[in-house]
Amino acid sequence: MDSPFGLLAELTYRCPLACAYCSNPLNLADYTDELTTGEWLRVLREAHDLGVLQCHLSGGEPLLRRDLGEIVAEAHELGLYTNLVTSAFGLSRTRAEQLRAAGLDHVQVSIQADEPRASDRIAGTPSFRRKVEAMGVVKELGWPLTLNVVLHRQNIDRVAELLELAEEVGADRVELANTQYYGWAWRNREALLPTRAQLDAAELVVRAARERLRDRMEVVYILPDYYSRYPKPCMGGWAARQLTVTPNGDVLPCPAAQSLPLPRASVREDTLEHIWADAPVMTAFRGTDWMPEPCRGCDRRGLDFGGCRCQAFQLTGDAARTDPVCHLSPDHHLVARAVEAANAGSRPVDVPLIPRPHRAGTRV
Amino acid sequence: MDQTKTGTKTRPEVSITDRPRLARHVRLIFSQARQQRVLLHPETVVVLNGTGADILERCDGKRTVAEIVAELAERYRTVPEDEVRRFLTGLVSRRCVELVDG
Repeated sequence: MDSPFGLLAELTYRCPLACAYCSNPLNLADYTDELTTGEWLRVLREAHDLGVLQCHLSGGEPLLRRDLGEIVAEAHELGLYTNLVTSAFGLSRTRAEQLRAAGLDHVQVSIQADEPRASDRIAGTPSFRRKVEAMGVVKELGWPLTLNVVLHRQNIDRVAELLELAEEVGADRVELANTQYYGWAWRNREALLPTRAQLDAAELVVRAARERLRDRMEVVYILPDYYSRYPKPCMGGWAARQLTVTPNGDVLPCPAAQSLPLPRASVREDTLEHIWADAPVMTAFRGTDWMPEPCRGCDRRGLDFGGCRCQAFQLTGDAARTDPVCHLSPDHHLVARAVEAANAGSRPVDVPLIPRPHRAGTRV
Repeated sequence: MDQTKTGTKTRPEVSITDRPRLARHVRLIFSQARQQRVLLHPETVVVLNGTGADILERCDGKRTVAEIVAELAERYRTVPEDEVRRFLTGLVSRRCVELVDG
């Protein structure tokens, strides 16, 4: 067992945005008892001692935590590389300067579309202009800027314009990531899954942009696994390289794993070191011993680790099956059918989206 | 939850007159817990061997690749120039290292 390299600290699931592809859990109400500042600082120290080198501060919207500056400062003090994953809603100049002084290394800002109307519609709140302003502040303060865009059926036709926007705001990196179907995105899969023609067109644009921008901007393009032959190497293997701590202190190999029927492990009851080494939520699918056929005898088992356990569970009800994305999976028809439906001429491009609520208890 | 990322194209090879430096969003640190030097990037960690770390510590945008090779030759018996160039070329294509001029 190796020690983890990265900690995803999900500081809160509260969010001013209401994106329908949000990967946060559907049961937001279970996460309202958030860790205190002191508890987060302890988590950071334990993570550092465990060998963690990178700390991604995410959510929800991490800026909603008033103690974000203190959390960043502690992570920085420990020598962790700190990365803020934010909607930039609420990233005022004062707040940004405070985080800069605390030692924040890198900022990733999400945007929902390339122009205000579509972006605000998807975000569920007027936010586009403020985001663009905040990105200006990020650049002015000398931070490297990554622009994150989740791609789906309703915005993937605008990849060229999205890349133009990334250039305009001076992004150093742009991550164009096709939606992964967890949390609210799973609920909205029908409205979000693009067609093959949309993907092919987007890929051409991305390829040309990479060629053109190669000395100025890194263009990361994440393919939708539903259209892949083999599954993604999810998290670099279950509980192999990363760990997640949720707003209420649950420890998971990845944020989506909260959906699996495994016993909870919490930083409120145990140390990270002990959880990482021994908690069932970590050991359940670590390594290759758990694998069924066709993974067990497959040459690729060390490459893709059987794909995603959460996706296997979601689609088949059994987390220990081969990820149905794999064309060799006996359950592959479950993915093939969804892809077929997405490509049926009868499905419109703009199926209505169900937004996630801003916080638990808000009516959808 | 991360997915397959399609890589960027490899650029032309780094030459001995280039002056490499670490990219702005990258940090080289010594990990106490791992007792190793590592390169940190927003999405990845590159665990370095001793020679790799010694090369990167000298990538300040001032020294040329030729000068770095010469300095390392004082420390190690042999540091083949083409290996240093190949190592840096790989990191340039991963955007961990930038070249100041050619």
